[in-house]
Amino acid sequence: MKALVICRRELRSYFGSFIAYVLLAVFLLLSGYFFYSDLVFFVLFGGYILPTGLWQYVFLDMRLCALLVLPLVTMRLFAEEKKLGTIELLWTYPVSDAAIVMGKFLAAWIFFLIMLLPTVINPVIFYQFYHFDIGPLLAAYAGMFMLGTAFIACGLFVSSLTENQVVSAMVTYGILVFFWFVTWNEEVADQQIVRALLRLSLFDHFFNFSRGVIDTRDLIFFALFVGLFLFLTLQSLGSRAWRGVR
Amino acid sequence: MILAEGLTKQFGAFTAITDVSFQVGRGEIVGFLGPNGAGKSTTMRILAGVFPPSSGRAVVAGYDVVSEAPRARSVVGYFPERVALYVDMTVRDYLAYVADMKGVPRTEAGRQLPDLMSSCGVAHMQHRIIGTLSKGYRQRVGIAQALVGSPRVLILDEPTSGLDPEQVAEMRALIRGLHGDRTVILSTHILSEVEATCDRVIIINKGRVLAVDTPGNLNQRLRQTSQIYVEVIGLEPDVRACLQAIPGVLRIEPALRHAHPAHDGVLALNISTEKERDLRTSIAAAVAAAGWGLREMRPLTLSLEDIFLTMVSDSEPAPAALPRPPA
Repeated sequence: MKALVICRRELRSYFGSFIAYVLLAVFLLLSGYFFYSDLVFFVLFGGYILPTGLWQYVFLDMRLCALLVLPLVTMRLFAEEKKLGTIELLWTYPVSDAAIVMGKFLAAWIFFLIMLLPTVINPVIFYQFYHFDIGPLLAAYAGMFMLGTAFIACGLFVSSLTENQVVSAMVTYGILVFFWFVTWNEEVADQQIVRALLRLSLFDHFFNFSRGVIDTRDLIFFALFVGLFLFLTLQSLGSRAWRGVR
Repeated sequence: MILAEGLTKQFGAFTAITDVSFQVGRGEIVGFLGPNGAGKSTTMRILAGVFPPSSGRAVVAGYDVVSEAPRARSVVGYFPERVALYVDMTVRDYLAYVADMKGVPRTEAGRQLPDLMSSCGVAHMQHRIIGTLSKGYRQRVGIAQALVGSPRVLILDEPTSGLDPEQVAEMRALIRGLHGDRTVILSTHILSEVEATCDRVIIINKGRVLAVDTPGNLNQRLRQTSQIYVEVIGLEPDVRACLQAIPGVLRIEPALRHAHPAHDGVLALNISTEKERDLRTSIAAAVAAAGWGLREMRPLTLSLEDIFLTMVSDSEPAPAALPRPPA
């Protein structure tokens, strides 16, 4: 229950500052613009298959917007508390580190849902003109949801390493972009290695979702990715036992 | 109420505290005294549950701070050296959040918070954003935060640092006011603070406890002799000879007079006597018998500052002389 108290405070902190609204606005404007251009492209050249002709592009573009915005959402979670020093008090309240991590993760996650929700307007309007099969769209949203959750877990971990928010955001970008392009040496690398790297690439696992395919292997990958980073976050918080508190 | 047994804390190769042991009884106010970097904050953080000790054991109100961390933390109120509050919240919202974090039921908190805010002097500021408050008010909100949930043990790390003299006086009054069945341990490097507020003193330097005692006892322990200050109107050689003849008097030295520096026939003397032998009546009788005027007489005590300096300098070798710059 303490996790919910922390989550509520984080959400209040988000929406008490204008930064949240700037992030929301930029995300929605960009994803709305991309939806419009992708739709124009589909109408002109796309043919008849909606999942591969439209949804794939819409969600690959939305992925970029999320990559741009989510590290800025997660950067403050621990970095700000470390900078202010408020984290020390948090550690003296009867609350476990796991609850602290869950509370903050949950807050960023709810923020992400609030960010994602208005984008549903685009396909809803489209549906008024053209009755499409909504299954693939739901799969793509599920993928977006998994991908965002993975971004948040990674950003949360990086935020626990530093008290500087810019460093926090930048290192998160670094890790996420690396996981994106990890397969780009395909041509020169050993085939075995490429196969292993493909398994690791965050975005390759998103690709199936964006075309309307839900594969349990992709689900497992995202679950492992999120679990790993939450575990690392806990270790990072526990390191105060031997590193001390500034 | 608080038990520390052989607490040692290492951060990598650096040892912050070594074998720190002490006990604090229920209802006591104990001062934790030491220069900056002595290990005060480290010890207090261990007691408050911020991090575990490398070895040793700390027990607060019967709960081990490591193995029973949640219970131990729920009976402790902690005020950190760096008063860090969420600057984007109002005072009231912040304290309500703290109550939630400490698991104080909402109805209980609703009853407690108004009293708490007025006793800490922040009631009229309750709707202000913490970021806009002055240092003194933030400090009070920090104290209020520690008091939420009426913890039985209070751990206050330098509660008066950075305050102006008036605020310091208010803060001390507030801390003394908390006294009752609460156990308070507060750290400071200001000696007068300990003398003004504490029942007992723990002196710590370089991570080790040098002494645990009442301010009065420490005073006794460190004095080799007792000293009496007298002001007599009379001729110096005669007065000295007369007083030196009193049994128990060891030494007589001229004392500095602060009140009337100009010479007005008043003789100011420090008389060293054998320890724990009160010679004041004998001195008064001797002065009166000789027909001199006795203007003032009082026993001298060492200030805590003197005691502290003696202890800290005894505990470490004298620093080597600094090399002189070439001429």
